[in-house]
Amino acid sequence: MELDVVELSRLQFAMTAMFHFLFVPLTLGLSLIVAIMETVYVMTNRPIWRQMAKFWGMLFGINFVLGVATGITMEFQFGMNWSYYSHYVGDVFGAPLAMEGLMAFFLEATFVGLFFFGWDKLSKVQHMVVAWLVALGSNFSALWILIANGWMANPVGAEFNPDTMRMEMTSFFDVLFNEVAQSKFVHTVSAGYVTASVFVLGVSALYLLQRRHENLARRSIAVAASFGLASALSVVVLGDESGYSASQTQKMKLAAIEAMWQTEPAPAPFTLVGFPDQEARETHYAIHIPWAMGLIGTRSLDTVIPGINELVADNAQKIERGIIAYDALMTIRAERDAAPAEVRATFEQHSDDLGYAFLLMRYVDDPREATPEQIAQAAEDTVPGVAPLFWAFRIMVGLGFSFIAVMLYFFYRASFKGMNFPRWSLYGAVAIIPAPWIAAELGWFVAEYGRQPWTVDGVLPTALSVSHLSVTDLLITLTGFVIFYTVLFVIEVSLMVKYIRKGPTQDVEETRKWQERHEHRLRTHDGKGPFAPGAASTPAE
Amino acid sequence: MILHELIDFEILRVIWWVLLGVLLTGFALTDGFDMGVGALLPFVARTDVERRQAINTVGPVWEGNQVWFILGGGAIFAAWPPLYAISFSGFYLAMFLVLAALILRPVAFKYRSKRDGKRWRETWDWALFIGGAVPALLFGVAVGNVLLGVPFHLTDTLMPRYDGSALGKLFGLLRPVALLAGVVSLSMLLMHGAAWLGLKADGPVADRARRFGIVAGLVAASGYALAGLWLLVGVDGFALVGEVAKDGPSNPLYNEVTRGGTWLVAYDERPWIAIAPLMGFAGIAMAIRGLRAGREVSTLLWSKLGITGIVSSVGLTMFPFILPSTVDPDSSLTVWDASSSHLTLFVMLVATVIFLPLILAYTAWVYRVLWGKVTQDDVSDNAETLY
Repeated sequence: MELDVVELSRLQFAMTAMFHFLFVPLTLGLSLIVAIMETVYVMTNRPIWRQMAKFWGMLFGINFVLGVATGITMEFQFGMNWSYYSHYVGDVFGAPLAMEGLMAFFLEATFVGLFFFGWDKLSKVQHMVVAWLVALGSNFSALWILIANGWMANPVGAEFNPDTMRMEMTSFFDVLFNEVAQSKFVHTVSAGYVTASVFVLGVSALYLLQRRHENLARRSIAVAASFGLASALSVVVLGDESGYSASQTQKMKLAAIEAMWQTEPAPAPFTLVGFPDQEARETHYAIHIPWAMGLIGTRSLDTVIPGINELVADNAQKIERGIIAYDALMTIRAERDAAPAEVRATFEQHSDDLGYAFLLMRYVDDPREATPEQIAQAAEDTVPGVAPLFWAFRIMVGLGFSFIAVMLYFFYRASFKGMNFPRWSLYGAVAIIPAPWIAAELGWFVAEYGRQPWTVDGVLPTALSVSHLSVTDLLITLTGFVIFYTVLFVIEVSLMVKYIRKGPTQDVEETRKWQERHEHRLRTHDGKGPFAPGAASTPAE
Repeated sequence: MILHELIDFEILRVIWWVLLGVLLTGFALTDGFDMGVGALLPFVARTDVERRQAINTVGPVWEGNQVWFILGGGAIFAAWPPLYAISFSGFYLAMFLVLAALILRPVAFKYRSKRDGKRWRETWDWALFIGGAVPALLFGVAVGNVLLGVPFHLTDTLMPRYDGSALGKLFGLLRPVALLAGVVSLSMLLMHGAAWLGLKADGPVADRARRFGIVAGLVAASGYALAGLWLLVGVDGFALVGEVAKDGPSNPLYNEVTRGGTWLVAYDERPWIAIAPLMGFAGIAMAIRGLRAGREVSTLLWSKLGITGIVSSVGLTMFPFILPSTVDPDSSLTVWDASSSHLTLFVMLVATVIFLPLILAYTAWVYRVLWGKVTQDDVSDNAETLY
């Protein structure tokens, strides 16, 4: 890879975004799990649930702060490293980011302080409401950022304005209810819920293996398995929804993920595994499942999904039309209000493909002077790297299905086998803790790498989006980020390990009081009260 | 959708210029005091218990306060995209330093009390110092540079171009006037942090904070006065040439700009804006008196008034400019040619009108729940749960 500003900016963005997303999924899911636990506490009054909320809440806090801190980088970076992007689409893309601050960040950040500091200052119900508001805030923030991200993949509700040389919003509702954004949102938060469920499951399994905090661990597994099962199903279903909407809006991404070089007769087969070869335009040793691709992608038997070669040919034509638009644009910009009406009409007619002309700027300063070879080359550039997408997608989906199996198993043992878990399953639960993070990062890779060479699909190429910076600028900040983030990561993990080892701290006084009340109730009800003796009657450790 | 045409483009632009000021002021008033506390930390609090006392006065609220800054960034992106694009990339390495400091701060708050070792905690105390002092200083330097003008130009496709090498651009920011603005901003937030500690802490920490606060207030006021004089004699102003279409397309190159004269002509043209610097001086003077007399709530309120005056005086003096260019004045960004589209400004305004009052309401509720001093006993009694 050549060390130019575009590649380094991409590397830095990818690195900081993926680092940020190590913390986000756990925040999304754990905030909700803690709120659920606290709700059970308010409903049942059992101190063990409060202890659970506090314990998982503390781990949530250690993780949350790095999500917040590394999120600041994300917001800054559009302006710092992608200034032409910020200018070109800020009118559309900036709005959801500001909404995120107004609706989500204030909510989550204002109440997260009270969550940690307000245990003695608030009533039980008030504190529970605070926990829910934190969870709500985190999830809202995911909504807005995915509306922004969804727009990059499917830029609806906006059009190009020749006077301001940028995309301007024409319909906020189209941006808001972008189908790509909606399915991405549910897919992403569900992935966060799965991550947190696997985390809670794994840590609790560790406690059971060590035979400590068993009360807390069993209850936590019950919560994690039921919440995790629902979420794991949702991830896969909404992932499928994403696939369906991709077939409508992001055809090249879909074709690349499936390594579909040729347009196949409908319904197209699904390639289970194989070795995509970008040079030769074929997939070696492919194993196909007949019809599957057509059914997933189009939900019909007769809709054709275009293959890569056909899309490249289409894109070459779009580049030709883009050049016409570019030519008209230059006239309009030079003559402004005096530009002839027919030039404006020509521009209007072809402006949707303007972005395709920009693809030529890698090869020639003025797209109008491009040779046919350069046009062919630029059309070729619209194919992202197929093999990485093909494999990343398959690993992600494989992991997604395995989470359903894991959650189903633990849900079954928790519900019908008296919370008894064989030791091998507990070891397994500990071992898979990192898996949801791998799946989530691969998911982002597929979404973002699959959109290349565009930052905004069909509108603005990545190569044009960057800031006017030097390689030195980039090397300084990239080195800075690598060192700084590595240190933070080591500290975060070491604190997580320390507090997981230490385990929950018990509120002695409250547990004693609860037990007195409980025993009193048992005496007065002859043991037939609402709380039957058994596992539940053992006080929290 | 034609609903947005209910409000003129020109008026929306002015509203968003005001809102930008409101957000930046909100940031200075809220996050300002916890940055001040961070920057004062090593000096006003000596033992671990004292430091925890100081930190826990802001412990539950810094996170919400910081969102004023995040929202400020988001609002600049949404309402003034060229400003966001040009300033963030133009101040690249300075922005990186601010970013590093701002990342350090949340982590330091959260992780400091998670281990016992003396070295561990002292390291994080310095992180809090850096996280408070560096942004407080650099934001001032940035404002100073905006007043002086910045060496950028726009190409004919509106690509921002910025002159200079990587380090040249960073050190180029450290011009004397800009440094003075940095000193004003740092000392003003130190004073604000001291006023906060006077209200929320007690004993030696509060006493020391007040003493530092008085000095910081004096520095802020004299620095501010000096900066005003400097603007009069040593800094060029900028002015738009000819008639400007205030509802025209957001293309800075459509307007002509000259450099020369002074920014302070604004006070001839709009004498009422003198209220801003007067508020600045009066607020600081009264805050200093309050710190001296040991008054608590009123001191913090005066300090807020002073900061509001100083921050808004910059915007009012420069209006309608928001980012002038020294190398190509015509590229300068003004309120009339650097905003988002009519529709986006309208949609964002609707969202702000709905959510800002809500935010203020629940933030006020949180502060009310947390009302009262944080004492050293509180820290010792709740060693596990507090920072």
